[in-house]
Amino acid sequence: MADQRAKSVLLDIRNLRIEATVFPPGEPPKNIVLVHDVSLTLEKGKVLGLIGESGAGKSTIGLSSMGYGRGGVRITGGEVILNGRDILKGGKEGFRKLRGREVCYVAQSAAAAFNPAHRLMDQVVEATLLHGTATRAAAEKRAVALFKKLSLPNPESIGERFPHQVSGGQLQRVMTAMALCSEPDLIVFDEPTTALDVTTQIDVLAAIKDAIRDTHVAALYITHDLAVVAQVSDEIMVLRHGRLVEWGGTRQIIKEPRQEYTNALVSVHEIEHQEQKPGTTPFLSVKNITAAYGRSHIKVLKNVSVDIYPGQTLAVVGESGSGKSTLARAVTGLLPPEQGTVTFDGRPLANRLADRPKEDLRQLQMIYQMADVAMNPRQTVGTTIGRPLEFYFGLRGRQRDARVAELLDKIEMGKGFVDRYPAELSGGQKQRVCIARSLAAKPKLIICDEVTSALDPLVAHGILKLLLELQKEENVAYLFITHDLATVKSIADSIAVMYRGEVVRYGAKSQVLAPPFDDYTDLLLSSVPEMEIGWLEKAIKGRRMASAGN
Amino acid sequence: MLADGLIRAPMSHIVRLIVQRVSLGVLLLVAVSVLIFAGTQILPGDVAQAILGQSATPESLANLREQLGLNDPAFIRYFRWLGGVVTGDLGTAMSSGQDIATSIKGRLWNTLFLAFWAAVVAVPLAIILGLIAVRYRNGWVDKLISGLALASTSFPEFFIGYVLVYFFAVKYQIFPGISTVYDGMPFGERMQAIMLPAAALTLVVLAHMMRMTRAAILNVMQSAYVETAELKGLSAFAVIRRHAFPNAIAPIINVVMLNLAYLIVGVVVVEVIFVYPGMGQYLVDHVTKRDVPVVQAVGLIFAAVYISLNIIADIAAIVANPRLGHPK
Repeated sequence: MADQRAKSVLLDIRNLRIEATVFPPGEPPKNIVLVHDVSLTLEKGKVLGLIGESGAGKSTIGLSSMGYGRGGVRITGGEVILNGRDILKGGKEGFRKLRGREVCYVAQSAAAAFNPAHRLMDQVVEATLLHGTATRAAAEKRAVALFKKLSLPNPESIGERFPHQVSGGQLQRVMTAMALCSEPDLIVFDEPTTALDVTTQIDVLAAIKDAIRDTHVAALYITHDLAVVAQVSDEIMVLRHGRLVEWGGTRQIIKEPRQEYTNALVSVHEIEHQEQKPGTTPFLSVKNITAAYGRSHIKVLKNVSVDIYPGQTLAVVGESGSGKSTLARAVTGLLPPEQGTVTFDGRPLANRLADRPKEDLRQLQMIYQMADVAMNPRQTVGTTIGRPLEFYFGLRGRQRDARVAELLDKIEMGKGFVDRYPAELSGGQKQRVCIARSLAAKPKLIICDEVTSALDPLVAHGILKLLLELQKEENVAYLFITHDLATVKSIADSIAVMYRGEVVRYGAKSQVLAPPFDDYTDLLLSSVPEMEIGWLEKAIKGRRMASAGN
Repeated sequence: MLADGLIRAPMSHIVRLIVQRVSLGVLLLVAVSVLIFAGTQILPGDVAQAILGQSATPESLANLREQLGLNDPAFIRYFRWLGGVVTGDLGTAMSSGQDIATSIKGRLWNTLFLAFWAAVVAVPLAIILGLIAVRYRNGWVDKLISGLALASTSFPEFFIGYVLVYFFAVKYQIFPGISTVYDGMPFGERMQAIMLPAAALTLVVLAHMMRMTRAAILNVMQSAYVETAELKGLSAFAVIRRHAFPNAIAPIINVVMLNLAYLIVGVVVVEVIFVYPGMGQYLVDHVTKRDVPVVQAVGLIFAAVYISLNIIADIAAIVANPRLGHPK
């Protein structure tokens, strides 16, 4: 028995240790260990999910199976045995022979991973031709067959296109075809659907799963999303800070997690937030707004109307390009609308930001997706938070410092952070500082633009809880822009669903999320992965039946 | 019909962009001509005085001014001059009374000949050295190439020129130290004559192009698609040549064109050192003689060279960009 298993083992990583040299500013360079003593085995044709938060070392481990380290990353210990031989002993030449032949890689952002200067087909067959495993004609034929299998439109001619001529979801499938084209034994999928919209993700996920099953290729599937990995993997390995936390069958990990950390990951989505009934009068009303960028005839917002009530949260949800961020820009005056008005406390706000008085500016604050680029890297936390205090309230000296300390306390960070620079903060801490900065102005409304999208699930969870607490304390309203329906469920009082510049569904959370649904909301809701084995098949089947019914 | 339209649509887009660039270039050239003309007008001194000298009588000065049309308003004189330039008449040199266009023709050709051969060596050499530097980046090969290139740029042209003359003309006497060329000179002799100035020019422009090539490619080397290529098992050189270089081509062409322009308009010092009968020496001669019509004509030609090479760089970048050639 043991012998038989040994024969079917494709990849056997033993006591892997990976290090990197980092260059902290103002300090001598130092070595850090990214992966501590991790071992794993993968049988032929099986899928192992590697999951964890950023910095868990999952991509680093995945790439080690190709003998590759990003930047100054080095494998300093252990063995990586692929098809019975330790690839770490093969040297550079050995790596080149196995990359693109035995092991292929599918990157997170196919849009960036394809060379913009070459046609897709040339890139898809490149590895096959390089390793001489097939003639060009045979490789192209195989590529077209793979395009068909991955349900790409116009499989015969899509290879003639350049990357910019193909959508993101399609590119991700072309990239999967590229990995499968040289008939490797193992594919490393590195967050292949993370950059996609939910409604696109489900199709790509289904295509990847079918392709893996039909070609009997083994895969390491790297993601931070347990619900996604539960759909495709046979086994799941949970990693944290470069160490193994738990390794088991998919069912065991999501149903009976043995470790506390795994449990936290599994239950991360659950925040209880009782919907508040809207008050009598909204303090901010958006009425029939139509907007376009430049002199373009394409309207990014079409006749959009929403109301925001004091101390409540309006969640605006939609896919990329639906106009949700543009709505925020129209409300703040960054993009003056062509038609329609924004009224605040019963009077219209000036369309253009430059025409608004300071007091109006103070009342509307923003928090952004990328906290690190929203902060001046050369200003301390104290300066960052203190600036609006000086600007809006004229606070100086001790008064200002006291208020900064109070705000730091509110975001659960404490006075010790006053003199820190953004580079010394974690992603979650940076976002907290941005929250404190917006609160400093004592606004009536904070616009939150995808504020948790760039954060790990557990960190995002903490930020959402903080936002809800602050809402209670300060009676501040949120215009919460997101593509993530789970977040909407946990934080919203009312919801606006946007699609191609229009609000397709709008109302209290309980109404919007209850049937009967319109087609788009139904599609959106049914596309959110659930942490349940077999969800993907069910969802795809439901969709086919729906389209057959039409 | 439909296919026809599909093929034509992107082409016309590119053509429109190119026409736009060219017309902007012409506009710019007109603006430069105004500046050159205005500049020479502001300069103190008087053409009639310059021609007749200090001892001229007021009557003869007035007569000459009348003859030369110097009493007309400036804009009329400008358009008269511009009209001449457009029809190929660059005016008459004050110092020698010769037709400027005729004297410039041979000299411009000489300068272009020298610049061409310097470029033929310098451009491929710079790009290949840039590629090698990227391949062995941060290693000793990279540092050696960068160091030598930087050294050759840091030395002034006249220093490099004299060092070359000392070794190759004086000590070993392989090439002539004075690059006299004349009409009807056999090609081989001509090549031998320009060897040292061409070498000096190559050394001067090499580093800039090489370093920009290196920087442009290194910038692209950070891209995700370069990682994809590495993970396909491509060798380091294949990654650079096939995946990095095509995406770095626009900035590289830009710096190449800037240096080509320098080879043509910036050769003044080198031409003077090697006594090479080109545009640069011609310009220097007539600046010392305060021969305003010649300075105007040469200035305008240099501006035209600069602008047209930059337009070529722009057009090359447009053609090289698949997004413009193959719209969605």
